[in-house]
Amino acid sequence: MDILNEISLFLQTSVQMGTHILFAIVGGIICEKVGNMNLGIEGMMLMGAAVGFQVACATANPFLAVLSAGLAGLVGALIYAFITVTLRGNQVVTGLVLTIFGTGVAGFIGKSVSGNTVPAEVVDAFKPYDIPVLCDIPIIGKALFSQSGYVQAAIVVAILAYLYIKKTKFGLNMRAVGENPAAADASGINVTLYKYVHVLAGGFLCGVGGAYLSTVFLTTWQDNVTAGAGWIAVALVIFSTWNPLKAIFAAYLFGMLKGLNFKMQGWGFSVPSQILEMLPYIATIVVLVFITLRKKRENQPPQALGDPYFREER
Amino acid sequence: MSIANRVHITKRTGASGGAQLASRLIAIVVALAASGLVMLFMGYHPLEIFGKIITSSLSTYSRFGETMNKTILLTMLSLGISVAFRMKFWNIGAEGQFYMGAFGAALIAFGFPDLPAWLLLPLMGLCAFVFGGIWALIPALIKAKFTTSETLVTLMMNYIAISFISYLQYGPWKDPESLGAAKIARFSDNAILPKVFGIHAGWIIMLVLVVVMTILLKYTKLGYQIDVLGESETTAKYAGMNTLKIMIIAVLLSGGLCGVAGFMQASAVEKSITDQMSGGLGFTAVITAWLAKLKPPVIVVVSFAFSMLLQSGKALQVMGIPSSITEVLQGVIIFFVLGSEFFINYKISFRKADKEG
Repeated sequence: MDILNEISLFLQTSVQMGTHILFAIVGGIICEKVGNMNLGIEGMMLMGAAVGFQVACATANPFLAVLSAGLAGLVGALIYAFITVTLRGNQVVTGLVLTIFGTGVAGFIGKSVSGNTVPAEVVDAFKPYDIPVLCDIPIIGKALFSQSGYVQAAIVVAILAYLYIKKTKFGLNMRAVGENPAAADASGINVTLYKYVHVLAGGFLCGVGGAYLSTVFLTTWQDNVTAGAGWIAVALVIFSTWNPLKAIFAAYLFGMLKGLNFKMQGWGFSVPSQILEMLPYIATIVVLVFITLRKKRENQPPQALGDPYFREER
Repeated sequence: MSIANRVHITKRTGASGGAQLASRLIAIVVALAASGLVMLFMGYHPLEIFGKIITSSLSTYSRFGETMNKTILLTMLSLGISVAFRMKFWNIGAEGQFYMGAFGAALIAFGFPDLPAWLLLPLMGLCAFVFGGIWALIPALIKAKFTTSETLVTLMMNYIAISFISYLQYGPWKDPESLGAAKIARFSDNAILPKVFGIHAGWIIMLVLVVVMTILLKYTKLGYQIDVLGESETTAKYAGMNTLKIMIIAVLLSGGLCGVAGFMQASAVEKSITDQMSGGLGFTAVITAWLAKLKPPVIVVVSFAFSMLLQSGKALQVMGIPSSITEVLQGVIIFFVLGSEFFINYKISFRKADKEG
């Protein structure tokens, strides 16, 4: 019984440690599905983390904090979209610059709030709560049903994103834009509009993910609070083969890896934590090779990923 | 009738060199003006900040030296990246190749600490080149064998390399004599690049390599083959080129140069290796290489300008201005320059509303 309890607590923490990443992975998937590789995830997460934290401190309104964090990410994505979609700039370079820019903006905003803690109203709003009966399910009950609403929102967002991409007409169109923008254009899909909407939506989610870290998980401001989570998300977008349902699995697997790091110190034996940190990246490379080998259509990267679309060239 | 129907965009073929230069200069001026506005918005006087950026990076010889240290690092990394980029092999793994190069140099430095410097230093450089090259070759071979995207694999390889150095630093290579923070031992004196005119000798290596790379890319068969392969793999194959061989050589060279950058930073600046020693410049170098249009001499200029910004960050911090302002500045300036590319590559004309519906 004791061990079961231990496991269920461990899973509960793992889910919390994977939540910001889950938002970011889903954001990344939505963006890449329209053919735009955005290496600015880290920057957008940081902008969201900083703006969300500041608004939480200033207004003590949890809803406004999350909304403004999302909008901060969206503004970052808007710069990226304008340069890569309208001006057809290089996506890799623009994304990298967005990360530098976002880090700077977050650092600047963070200066004015460092030392503050998130007000009690916001902490309360995002406190874990028990869903009766369900939270008593052994092992996974606590992980899924004794959590903050923010954590559960991430799962809901991932499921909705999956349904949207796979089951709706808009999702079909968006995939067409990412696979073959010229054909999508010819069939009457507004390529530019689709790219903008989804790149911005992706940025919004990255911002929301960043704010989870600063306002819920830590509740104090730390410089560079994401600590590379944005890059993990870039990797896990691929690891989950652009599928938001698998993203849930990928994000929590990563959370478990993080949790394991702490746990093992208590157990007395240890794999060096740096070796564990390598694992998501190695796994991603293995998955990448594996999907290119198997050539299963639904697992492939969007065909036009990274290419600017220029109508006259089709 | 929407505006979109009236604006007509066509691809410009070969804007003249003068026009290109003019657009870029305009972009930089506009970028500086815009970043000035951003600074005003953030509550600082732009001219004051620009002035401080210049004085804090150039005003004394030691500050100039610090700026040069960064210039050398950025230039070497950008040179490496540009070789691969010319072939349209999107190597964004400079960061990892840099760390593996530093690791290679450190292996030699710790293995043979008593060799004379004239022998030890070249050996370290060579080993760094090989290690950096191999680290770049792995994604290249994966690409050749499985057609896996090199952009993603090179990106992942960065973090594997950094974690590996971290592992060494906190594990087997931890200096038992270092109290407190985990550190790797200092190199022996023979393993440290000497200074020439107060700046480590890497600047001479850098200048030589810029010349060598310019000649190699512009005037040799290999440089030509890399360019053709970059234009079209099919063309290269029809022309009877061994595309796999060219790719392997170019990627080895690309990663190798980044590896040598790791050697120089380890030997001359850190005098050891740490898991922080790149300061993320492996990514910045992707940006500088791109901004310099992959041309070695331009890379030096762009890298120097960037290094001024990077260097001034610390100095601004001392004056009570958050150093993050330089990151915001970098972002704003490059956003504008990236945007201006559009006006070089495309021509916009406006149609009369009554023509076509």
